[in-house]
Amino acid sequence: MIRVQREDFDVGAEMAALSEGNPRVGAVVSFVGVVREMVEGASGEPAITALTLEHYPGMTERQLAEIEAEARARWPLEACLVVHRYGRLEPGDRIVLVVTASAHRQAALEACSFLIDWLKTKAPFWKREETAAGAKWVAARDGDDSAAERWDKTDEK
Amino acid sequence: MTLLYFAWLRTRIGQQSETVTLPDGVTTVGALLEWLKQRGPGYAAALEDLSVVRVAVNQDFAALDHPVADGDEVALFPPVTGG
Repeated sequence: MIRVQREDFDVGAEMAALSEGNPRVGAVVSFVGVVREMVEGASGEPAITALTLEHYPGMTERQLAEIEAEARARWPLEACLVVHRYGRLEPGDRIVLVVTASAHRQAALEACSFLIDWLKTKAPFWKREETAAGAKWVAARDGDDSAAERWDKTDEK
Repeated sequence: MTLLYFAWLRTRIGQQSETVTLPDGVTTVGALLEWLKQRGPGYAAALEDLSVVRVAVNQDFAALDHPVADGDEVALFPPVTGG
């Protein structure tokens, strides 16, 4: 299940809803992305006062649905949820939620990690950071590409 | 063709979307980008470094050799930074 929304989400309620009434679920794993106040590894840079997330309505949902389908094809998931927010967010606000549920922990843990790694390089969202010194678009990080690439299948093709 | 621009491509080009009629000979993403560059200084600045420009045709990522035609929805944007 995919949701792209402006509103915040309730992590506990979403996790509970995902496994409710399904006796096959033995493991529920979540990832929550939160707005950081400090620019990573950049001491001396001004703190972030807010973040605005822009997205591409239509394509964003479509890409997230494809990523979910890929996760479901790779792991035996009972349920799967991705919620991504857009609009203006402040430090401490939640940005993204990924929840996976499976019979056993390994599939749920791996699928959750895969979903956030792929989402970060394939889902059309863009962050604009505001600081006391002004606003700027966030540049993509090479580390995100390598995190996503570790899920590339090397045993195929 | 409907063109959509996001993030800093939108601000440099100065608009969010526009409708254009493709000239003869513009049949691929690469040719489309070259044609757009000629349309004004904002376009030229936005498309100066294509290594930081991503293209989607009808909401799927597309490479430079991907075909384009009138009727397509083509979006230009920087590498994504969500999550």
